[in-house]
Amino acid sequence: MKSLSRSLSTFLLGMLATVALADVTLLNTSYDVARDVYKDYNPLFQKYWKAKTGETIEIKQSHGGSSKQVRAVADGLEADVVTMNQANDIEFLADKGLVAKDWAKKFPNSASPYTSAMVFIVRKGNPKGIKDWNDLAAPGTQIIIPHPKNTGNGRNTYLSAWAWALKQPGGNDQMAQEFLGKLLKNAPLFAAGGRDATTTFMQRRMGDVLITFESEAEMIAKEFGKGEFEVVYPSLTMQTEFPVAVVEKVVDKKGTRTQAQAYLEYLWSKEGQENAAQNYLRPRDAELLKKYSASFPAVKTFTVDEVFGGASKAFATHFKDGGTFDQIYAQK
Amino acid sequence: MPAKSHRVLPGFGLALGYTLVYLSLLILLPLGGMILKTAELGFGQIMDIALGERSLAAFRVTFGASLLAAMINAFFGLIVAWILVRYSFPGKRFIDALVDLPFALPTAVAGITLATLYAGNGWLGRWIEPLGFKVAYTPWGIVVALTFVTLPFVVRTLQPVIEDIETEVEEAAASLGASRWQTFARVVFPALFPALLTGFALAFARAIGEFGSVIFIAGNIPLVSEILPLLIISKLEQYDVLGATALATVMLAISFVLLLSINLLQWWTANRHRNREPLEAAAGKAAAGLQ
Repeated sequence: MKSLSRSLSTFLLGMLATVALADVTLLNTSYDVARDVYKDYNPLFQKYWKAKTGETIEIKQSHGGSSKQVRAVADGLEADVVTMNQANDIEFLADKGLVAKDWAKKFPNSASPYTSAMVFIVRKGNPKGIKDWNDLAAPGTQIIIPHPKNTGNGRNTYLSAWAWALKQPGGNDQMAQEFLGKLLKNAPLFAAGGRDATTTFMQRRMGDVLITFESEAEMIAKEFGKGEFEVVYPSLTMQTEFPVAVVEKVVDKKGTRTQAQAYLEYLWSKEGQENAAQNYLRPRDAELLKKYSASFPAVKTFTVDEVFGGASKAFATHFKDGGTFDQIYAQK
Repeated sequence: MPAKSHRVLPGFGLALGYTLVYLSLLILLPLGGMILKTAELGFGQIMDIALGERSLAAFRVTFGASLLAAMINAFFGLIVAWILVRYSFPGKRFIDALVDLPFALPTAVAGITLATLYAGNGWLGRWIEPLGFKVAYTPWGIVVALTFVTLPFVVRTLQPVIEDIETEVEEAAASLGASRWQTFARVVFPALFPALLTGFALAFARAIGEFGSVIFIAGNIPLVSEILPLLIISKLEQYDVLGATALATVMLAISFVLLLSINLLQWWTANRHRNREPLEAAAGKAAAGLQ
């Protein structure tokens, strides 16, 4: 009891100390599994900023489902910067006037400091011989994915399979939709989220293949051991982006524009890029990508902009009510 | 003219005012806001949203599973409550405390635990799946999660009522010649029924809105195992706040009608029971009438 109250008071004192010492406080509102990246990135930036300006900066993190986070910002959560995993979430803030309309041009690489790719995780030895998207639609194969309509991870999988089908001989939208219909029939369930899908596949041993972010594979290795699974890179997959933006309205109000801008810019520095690579996210920096090539094998990727004409358009066509996902399930 | 009734404790006006403010702030204001928001849509649009194929399937799944879960709990909850009040046995306090656990546990934890338990390689799933019972990732999984989450309602509403029925009443019925079944059906059960309905209604209402536990075990396949709260989340995911509130309002309206009818039924049975005769007389009559 005594030690509890002591640790509590230490904690409170610590909180007071940070508040008292910080000259500026930034709130970074981020998607769910970004915890590790930004936990490691924030001290790097704090050090850099202190050396450069002498200013002590405190960075608070808020994590949650990407669209939930964005809604919170739209409803008045005073985030200086948003770091998301889907462009359409930032588009939403741009539509609301909170973020610049040309947010994607404010930083290099469509404002996405690092990327990942959708990959297959199969059981040790790949007993079903899964190599590419068509193997996922084969009868008797079970795929584990989060809900394509409600989760970013599920949507990326859906769009990756669609883009692959388009690239097949004679591929068109109708064929792609039929292909997705076959593929989704092989899903015995739609997991609640990315981590739930991982648990279902790894711990409950359901399904033959899990489709998820390349970066997630490392998490699985840490949690369940490297010998339990194999990573398969399909012939074509989505390069997933992690766009960032300054929340104009908030930084103007709080007077934190310089710091917020610098905070995001520093993501493209060598230190920021290396931190991404160490967290298993593909850095934009070509040299670092080469240095970490063991973690990031070459893979043929497409971007949502190239194939679907932008994230918002892809969302509207495929995942809005009445979109292709709903059509597939209405056909039954 | 009746004299102004005298109460030991004053403060009716203050308490009523407080009640009204409290309920308005806590319940009416958010619900009013929701309905007002929905009113931005026309009636036709609301119906389109509510009567879509996906929504209808979700309505069926949600209300069906909730009803089933509440019924299961009404039956087994009655047994648990009876055991806990009427008998003493080692570990009774422990079991009594166990009943509240579903309230204390975060629902997501419950959902993940149940999914792990009932999955094909889980402690339970590995025995029941070979028999052809698939629970995890089917609508049955939803029923299991809802039954778990709503267990305390029936037990906790029944316990004080059972405590109020003195064992002498049963003894009287028995000594007057009623069989065991007659004692239960004509003496004990009518006294319990209103409370049982209350517990049932509470469990049912809670089950309809439940999201956190269900989502991890349901499987969430469109038209099969998608619950209404998931469709609402799905609309929010599309930034379709209007559609989400519309769905929520329709859901609320149906729940309200169902709860109101359960309450009316409960009020009616309670009244009938009270007006008819006291318990002791009922015991005698039950025995006499059936000799």
